[in-house]
Amino acid sequence: MLEIKNLHARVDGQQILQGIDISIKAGEVHAIMGPNGSGKSTLAFVLAGREGYEITQGEVLFEGRNLAEMKPEERAREGIFLAFQYPVEIPGVSGMNFLKSALNVTRKYRGLSELDAIEFLKLAREKLKLLGMDEKLIQRAVNVGFSGGEKKRSEVFQMAVLEPKLAVLDETDSGLDIDALKIVANGINTLRNPDRAMLIITHYQRLLNYVIPDKVHVLAEGRIVRSGGKELALELEDKGYAMLDSADANAAA
Amino acid sequence: MTTEQTPGAPYLAQFAQVKAKLPGRRLSWLKDLRQGAIERFVSLGFPTLKIEEWKYTSLSPLTKTVFGPASQEANGRAEEGLRRFLLGEQPCHRLVFVNGRHRPDLSHVGSLPAGVTITSLAAMLEAEPELLEPHFGGEDQSDGQALVALNTAFMADGAVVKLAQGAALEAPVHLIFLATTQGGPAAHHPRNLILAEPGSSAAIFESYGGVGTESYWTNVVTQVKAGRNAAIRHYKLQCEGAEAFHIAITQADLESGSSYTSFVMSMGGRLSRNEIAARLNGTGVDCRLNGVYLARDRQHMDTSTRIEHAKPGGLSREVYKGVIDGEAHAVFHGKIVVCPDAQKTDAHQLNENLLLSERARIDTKPELEIHADDVKCSHGANAGELDSEALFYLRTRGLEEERARSLLIEAFVAEMIDGVETEAVRSNLRKFVSSWLPTVANGKGAA
Ligand SMILES: Nc1ncnc2c1ncn2[C@@H]1O[C@H](COP(=O)(O)OP(=O)(O)OP(=O)(O)O)[C@@H](O)[C@H]1O
Ligand SMILES: [Mg+2]
Repeated sequence: MLEIKNLHARVDGQQILQGIDISIKAGEVHAIMGPNGSGKSTLAFVLAGREGYEITQGEVLFEGRNLAEMKPEERAREGIFLAFQYPVEIPGVSGMNFLKSALNVTRKYRGLSELDAIEFLKLAREKLKLLGMDEKLIQRAVNVGFSGGEKKRSEVFQMAVLEPKLAVLDETDSGLDIDALKIVANGINTLRNPDRAMLIITHYQRLLNYVIPDKVHVLAEGRIVRSGGKELALELEDKGYAMLDSADANAAA
Repeated sequence: MTTEQTPGAPYLAQFAQVKAKLPGRRLSWLKDLRQGAIERFVSLGFPTLKIEEWKYTSLSPLTKTVFGPASQEANGRAEEGLRRFLLGEQPCHRLVFVNGRHRPDLSHVGSLPAGVTITSLAAMLEAEPELLEPHFGGEDQSDGQALVALNTAFMADGAVVKLAQGAALEAPVHLIFLATTQGGPAAHHPRNLILAEPGSSAAIFESYGGVGTESYWTNVVTQVKAGRNAAIRHYKLQCEGAEAFHIAITQADLESGSSYTSFVMSMGGRLSRNEIAARLNGTGVDCRLNGVYLARDRQHMDTSTRIEHAKPGGLSREVYKGVIDGEAHAVFHGKIVVCPDAQKTDAHQLNENLLLSERARIDTKPELEIHADDVKCSHGANAGELDSEALFYLRTRGLEEERARSLLIEAFVAEMIDGVETEAVRSNLRKFVSSWLPTVANGKGAA
C-alpha cells in the first residue's frame, strides 16, 4: 500500500531525512521509534504533504501513485490520515461542522452519498462512544481548550469517522493517562482491518503492548538504523537508544 | 469667494439649481440652514490628506467626478436589487429609499407601540417640521464636517425614527438605501434621525446597496440622540456597488445611563468611509462600537471612530476586525478622548486585521487623548496572515485549500457577527459574509 523508497527530504533548506525505505502492505501495522529530533514527525509531514517539506531524492508511492504530485487534501481523500503530534487549535471553526464537511468531501470523492446532519450525528456518536468522549467536546471549536489527552483522543476519533486506508499516528500515545491509553489503543485496534495500514510513531513500548505491530523501525538522524519484529521495541525499551551505536553497522530496512 | 478652481465649486452651482425643489423649501429656517451649509462646504472644501483623520484616505477619485442629482425616474431595478437585503420571515419595520427618496410602495411599517414614529424625513418636513428644527444646525466637530455640510445643503430624504419616553420597539427598524440610477454619476445625501427619548429602546439596521456597475455617491449622515437610560442598537451593512463611493457619518449623542451599541459591516464600494463620532455626554454611558470590514480587489475602506468621554463613569468598548485581500487598502483610525471631567472612564479599543495577500494593506492608528487621571484606557492593533498550520490541518482532513481558507476567514469574523444581538440582523449579516468568501464555508452549501 505504501512504498517509501530511498526518501530524502529537506525542511526549510535543511536536510532531515537521509534515505528511508519502508514498505507497508494493507492490513499491516508498523511502528517507528527513535530519539527526539530523529525525523519521525518530518516523515509524517512528508507523507501528509506539508508545504516546505521537500522531497530531494527517492519517492513515496501510495497504492502505486506518486505522493509528491498530490495536494494534502487529495492525499486525504485518497485515504491518508495523519494524527498530529500537536493537533492545531482552530478558534471559531466548529469541530462538528468541520468534520462533517471533511467526511462528506471524502465520501463524495469516493462516489458515496453525502451524510445529512442527522446521519452524521449518529455516526459521530457511535465513534465518540468508542473513544469514551463527550459530545460537547466536538461541538466546540476544533481542539480549542482541549487538554493534551483530549486532543490526542480527538485525533483518533476523527480517524474513526474518516476511516482512512493509511493512518499515520504521530505520538498519539504521548500525554495520555493509563486509562486513556487503553481506550485509545482499543480505538486503534477496532480500526485495524485487512484493508487498512497503520504507521505508528511512538517513544514507548506501552502502546505497542496493546496495538501489536507487525514491524518496528528505528529512526536515527534521518535514517532507518534497525528494523525488526515487535521484540525490537521491547529491546529498545530495555536498553535505550544507546544500543543503536553498536547496531548502526548492520542497519537494515 | 473665488471657488472656480476647487472641486467643491460645481456643487455650489448645483445647489443654486436644485434648492427650490428640495423638501421643506417653504421653511425659512431650513432655507437658511441649507444656504449656510453650502457656504460652509465651499469654504472648507473636500477633506484632504492634510487633515489628520483623513491622512490615509484620499478623496481624489471622488472629487475628480462631479456627481449630479439622482434621477427619480423609475427603472424597475429596485425590486430585484432589494431582495438580498430583506430580513426574510422575521418581522421588521422597513423603510426603503431608492436613489435617495422614500419609496412607500416598497416599504412596510407594522403596527407601532404608542409614542413611536417611523417616517421619512421628507414627510416629516411636510407634516411636523417644528419637531425637526431643534435637531439641525448644532455645532459640528466631526472630522468629515465638510461632507456633513454638503449633506445638510442637499438632504432630500432619509428616515426619522422617534421614540417617546419609555417606548420599547420590539421588531427592528430596517432602513434600506438602494441606488439604481443609470446614465451618469449621481449623488444621494440621505439624512437619518434617530431620536430616542429617556428610557426608550429600539434596534435600527441600515443597509446600503447598489444595482449595476454605475458610479454613484452615497453621502449619508445619521444622527442618533439617546436620552437618559435609552438603549439603542444600531447596525449597518455597507454593500454598495463596485464603483460606488460611500461616505457615512454617524453622530451619536448619548445621555446619562444610556447604552449605544453599533455594529458596522463594510464590504462594498470602490471607496468608502464609515465615520462614527460618539459623545458620552452624561454619566454611566455604555458605548460599544464594533465592526467588520471585508476588502478585496482595489477597494479602499476607511473606518474612523471617535469616542468622547465627557462625563464620569462611562464605558466604551470597541472591536473592529478586517479582512483584506487583493490590492485593497483598509484604514482604521480610532480616537478616544477622555475629558477632564470624565473620571472612572473605562475604555478599550481593539483592531485586528487579516491580510490575505501580499499587496493588501492596512493602516491602523489608535489615538488616545486623556485629560483625566483616574481612568482605564487601553488599545491594541494587529495584522497577520491566515494561520498556515491551521490551513494545513484542515487540508489533511480532505478540505480543499479554498474551502479551508474560507473556513478560517469566516471563523475570524464569526465571533464579531455572533455578537450581533438582533437575530434577524445577525443571520442577514452571516449570509453576506458567506457570499464574500471564496467558497461557501461550513458545509451549508455543499451538504
Ligand atoms: N522548519 C524546520 N527548519 C529546520 N529544521 C527543522 C524544521 N522542522 C524540524 N526541523 C528539525 O528536523 C529534525 C527532525 O524533527 P522532527 O520533528 O521530525 O523530529 P521527531 O523525530 O519527530 O522528534 P520528537 O520525538 O521530539 O517528536 C529536528 O532536528 C528539528 O529541529
Ligand atoms: Mg515528532
